[in-house]
Amino acid sequence: MTASIAVALSELELDALTELVNLGVSNAASSLRELVREEILLSVPKVVVVTRKEAIANLGERDSRPLVAVHQDFDGDLRGRALLIFPEAKSMELVRAIVGNDLSLEDIMELEQEALAETGNILLNACLATIANTLQRTLRISLPEVIHGKGTEFFDLTQSPSLGDSVIFIYINFSVRTRDIQGYIAMLLDLPSLAILKSLLGALIERTR
Amino acid sequence: MKCKVLIVDDSKLARMSVVKALNALHPDWPRLEAGSADEALECINRESPDIVLLDFNMPGKDGLAFAAELHQLNPHTNVAVISANRQVEVIDRARAAGAAFLPKPLTEQALGDFLDHALRQRRAAAS
Repeated sequence: MTASIAVALSELELDALTELVNLGVSNAASSLRELVREEILLSVPKVVVVTRKEAIANLGERDSRPLVAVHQDFDGDLRGRALLIFPEAKSMELVRAIVGNDLSLEDIMELEQEALAETGNILLNACLATIANTLQRTLRISLPEVIHGKGTEFFDLTQSPSLGDSVIFIYINFSVRTRDIQGYIAMLLDLPSLAILKSLLGALIERTR
Repeated sequence: MKCKVLIVDDSKLARMSVVKALNALHPDWPRLEAGSADEALECINRESPDIVLLDFNMPGKDGLAFAAELHQLNPHTNVAVISANRQVEVIDRARAAGAAFLPKPLTEQALGDFLDHALRQRRAAAS
């Protein structure tokens, strides 16, 4: 964490942000469980403020395999990108978990993009909506987009030059208990949103006192 | 009858929100706080709380594993697991560990119902 940003968010504000993400992802897991009808296991969320370069390096270290991501961009009081990421080799398994084992491989391949987009949509929306509702703000959320590539490419948001160099990087592992499926949810917050986020977290803390 | 309540959550904000609900329901009940299962265990050995409110998703030992341990240790402690993770498996495991399940964000109503139930049980056991 860089010094200037560590000063910007207090310990309690960072705690509140982590708890907020925990709420969002727990809700998202409950929704995904309804889709796959098996228990979804979650890790404890990690929330760090890093440079974009560090976020990319972080993802690259965690996973150098080809990956699939469903991403949705959000804006409003807060701007950023939420991603559901898993190894490409597991994406068929995830689709199978959702649509059932009865379909042929051909049918499953045909459904892959749609099923992935829908899964991402349910998970990321549940997560973002919880965060927005708890902060009592509205976020506009884009349609889901499925992308294939390496972790380093997903975070290379050079296509949005308005984003600052620092990002809030939120990271949570999830897995399906009885199937060989693991993935993670990552969220990048545009740093210019930090001042707004700080005041929204402050208001949330005041409401909780 | 006053009950001693231990709140276990790694998030201070989450503990604050439980304290707020407790203040509205039973302002005179003594409460203790712990940020992890290990810290909670120390506190339990020292203070013997009547009621333990546990977060599920915590670093180290999670709330469900800890609830099961507490149930072995002292089956008469009233335990609730609090989580936004409402998967049936989570709820079932909480119940199997002898704990109630309360959804997060915690409402005064849900906490109040649980505390009333705990209070009735403790009164019946004391009489």
